[in-house]
Amino acid sequence: MSFRATHDLHKRRFGRNLGVGLVLAAFIAIVFGLTVAKVSNGGMTFQPGTEQN
Amino acid sequence: MSDASINASNIREDEAGFGDYFALLKPRVMSLVVFTALVGLLAAPVTVHPMVGFCAILFIAIGGGASGALNMWWDADIDRVMKRTRGRPIPSGKVEPGEAMALGLALSGMSCIMLALATNIFAGAFLAFTIFFYVVVYTMWLKRLTPQNIVIGGAAGAFPPVIGWIAATGSMAVEPWLMFALTFLWTPPHFWALALFMRNDYDDAGVPMLTVTHGRRATRVHILVYTLLLALFAVGAAFSGIGGPLYLAVSLVLNMLFILGAFRIWRRDEAASEADNFATERSFFKLSLLYLFLHFGAVLAEALLRPYGLGGWG
Repeated sequence: MSFRATHDLHKRRFGRNLGVGLVLAAFIAIVFGLTVAKVSNGGMTFQPGTEQN
Repeated sequence: MSDASINASNIREDEAGFGDYFALLKPRVMSLVVFTALVGLLAAPVTVHPMVGFCAILFIAIGGGASGALNMWWDADIDRVMKRTRGRPIPSGKVEPGEAMALGLALSGMSCIMLALATNIFAGAFLAFTIFFYVVVYTMWLKRLTPQNIVIGGAAGAFPPVIGWIAATGSMAVEPWLMFALTFLWTPPHFWALALFMRNDYDDAGVPMLTVTHGRRATRVHILVYTLLLALFAVGAAFSGIGGPLYLAVSLVLNMLFILGAFRIWRRDEAASEADNFATERSFFKLSLLYLFLHFGAVLAEALLRPYGLGGWG
């Protein structure tokens, strides 16, 4: 089996890598957005008496 | 790794693409999970930050998808036999069973932890229980053991609105369990109609569906009985916390159509069904999808109208 630059396998692997890359980027954006929402909503404030020393 | 280091004997021409891994998550089932969980979340009497609500639905959907991947890993042997499932990524040879298991386990853990972090621990734990119920109780245990597999296993598909409600409120109430019961009672007639027109699929695979163990006549009777039970419950729910005049109107029309469909299935024999390639059974199956979608749509409409004094009975 020869591997030219345009082999179908390359295209499929590029598609797979791109998909995983986009999913990871989306995950980072979601965690960031969630953190912003939680902080601005007061959801991440410690209750009195629960502060860590 | 450069191309020069690739051993050509290890290369598969039909290597999986990104879409094949996505197909492991059963996107069509996921759409039902997303919609019912969304209704559970929006019908709850609390305000949820849109980003938190979006994340809750997303992680519930990923959890549902993860259980689909684990189901495909475990059931690869019977998927290979059935016409309906032969093209799935594992039986078609595109994805290795171990890959599906790894993806399922990783996404299960990730979705439960992220749901717990995004909303509350109760919701995360309940999502974990749902995945356990679908994968272990239904897929591994009941599916190949009893003809009631669909009845009990249907509970797994009915949990999403409960998870959505818990994600919003952090507590349990009667309303999400009414939505659970609606999906739970809807599942048997929906799947038995499918089993009727997929004919020998389950038989070939050795799955003890009602059509295989008790015969097709008994399945037709069961569809009618369960449809009548479902109709009683669905219309009765109009007078509960999730119902209202709009829900009642929608439910009355849909249940009349559904009972009529079930009655037609009950009245037919195999010769008549085969003559028109199971047209009545197929249209009943299609109607069942619309039935659930519109019932949950009506529950959502009642909940969204409530702040304006229009939803519910008063």
